[in-house]
Amino acid sequence: MVELSHDSRPIIGRGPPLGATFLTLAVASIALMVADKRYDQLAQVREWLSSAVYPVQVAVDLPFRAWDWVTGSFADRSRLRQENLELTARVRLANLQLQRFAALEDENLRLRDMRENSAGVAERVLVAAILNVDLDPFRHRVLLDKGAADGVFKGQAVLDAEGIFGQVAQVHARTAEVILISDAEHAIPVQSNRSGLRTIAVGTGDSNQMSLPFVTVESDLKVGDLLISTGIGGVFPRGYPVAEVTRVERSPAATFAVVDARPTARLERNREVLLVWFDPPVTVLDEEQARVDAAAAAAAAAEAAEPAAAPAPRPPPASPAERPQ
Amino acid sequence: MRHGTFTRRLLYWLSVVAGLVLAIVPLPEWLSPVRPDLALLAVIYFILTSPRIAGLGSAWLTGLLLDVLRGMTLGQHALAFVLVAFLAHRAQLRMRMFPIPHQAAAVMVLLAVYHFVIFWTDGLTGHGYTGWNRWLPVLSGALLWPVIVAAGDTLTRRSR
Repeated sequence: MVELSHDSRPIIGRGPPLGATFLTLAVASIALMVADKRYDQLAQVREWLSSAVYPVQVAVDLPFRAWDWVTGSFADRSRLRQENLELTARVRLANLQLQRFAALEDENLRLRDMRENSAGVAERVLVAAILNVDLDPFRHRVLLDKGAADGVFKGQAVLDAEGIFGQVAQVHARTAEVILISDAEHAIPVQSNRSGLRTIAVGTGDSNQMSLPFVTVESDLKVGDLLISTGIGGVFPRGYPVAEVTRVERSPAATFAVVDARPTARLERNREVLLVWFDPPVTVLDEEQARVDAAAAAAAAAEAAEPAAAPAPRPPPASPAERPQ
Repeated sequence: MRHGTFTRRLLYWLSVVAGLVLAIVPLPEWLSPVRPDLALLAVIYFILTSPRIAGLGSAWLTGLLLDVLRGMTLGQHALAFVLVAFLAHRAQLRMRMFPIPHQAAAVMVLLAVYHFVIFWTDGLTGHGYTGWNRWLPVLSGALLWPVIVAAGDTLTRRSR
């Protein structure tokens, strides 16, 4: 039994009736939800509120950052030396590869110019740290320490050292919320690096798995194929690794094969990610457009058949791959 | 306003803020789905002990702040909070006389209502996670209730 305070009389019979207050607030909540979700009208309100809770988020993150700093500053000499050696070796290797890639990239750009298809190449990047803040455990979202003040915009691509990480879903003044490619609500257009097959990879809610629901049984896709971003949709830059195919099951009776893939980005363990600015593709070839349309139609059909199915990106380049809410 | 009331009011808001902070503190992945809704438990505790301080408006505001902190659709937690606060106010006279295990069971019902509202509005706004483990906080919250009561009674003893 709880201990009561000196004034523990109920509020019934005092002030406005309880039921009326409840009804007002409940209706207000529902109106908020509709305005936020259906009409996207609350950007300003959200910004004020997120500025109000920003100190809380920073306060939660601070001890973790301080701990990182402490362990970093008191790391012993031999470990630092070891780390330094490893990094030097890696930089040497990376430089070697870069030399080759520079030549390849020039050649590739020339070829693309010939095809009048200047692809989006990442131009400017900004390193952002992930705040140590848990959002909903069942949605794959993280909070970055960069926001509108740093020029972050909604729909911006987020990468890490190993591949595509996600895209910005909400921008606040000093923070930004990122939806990971493994979120069950996210879909990204991809292409097989080996066969050039284009399809859509959707998140499953498991950070080690993505699924490719629109691959027909006859498609040329094998276990171990690297899936790269296509740049279609204009959200993600072209040619970055997204996932590696881990399972292909073809049942003769089904139209679509069951294909799973594992994201190459380290979605669970990353502390730092890159925000990318790039020139979106200027011209999208008609052929590509037609394929996207077909994919979108297939997605729409699949969605109609199964409401829980994941969304497909809209064809116009400006729209994010995430389903418009 | 008497001195005790002021302290209580302060304690109420401090515990709500503490609950909000603990709602976003990172936990290991296996523990994260079990995270109890401490902000809601604090609100329920204060509704039972000092209902004139913990009104519906403050519960609603707490829910709204939780929405912002977790980046959910604005109003989801606010609606769930205000519904639970309303039910707690209605049942307050009875609930505060219950022995602790009985009270924990009543709290479990309130938590189930809360999570049902979140689940339902999640579904309406398009994030339907339907796994069984989203209901774990109902259980962990009810199990934690005796601790909440003990901690709350210790904290507020001076301001009674």
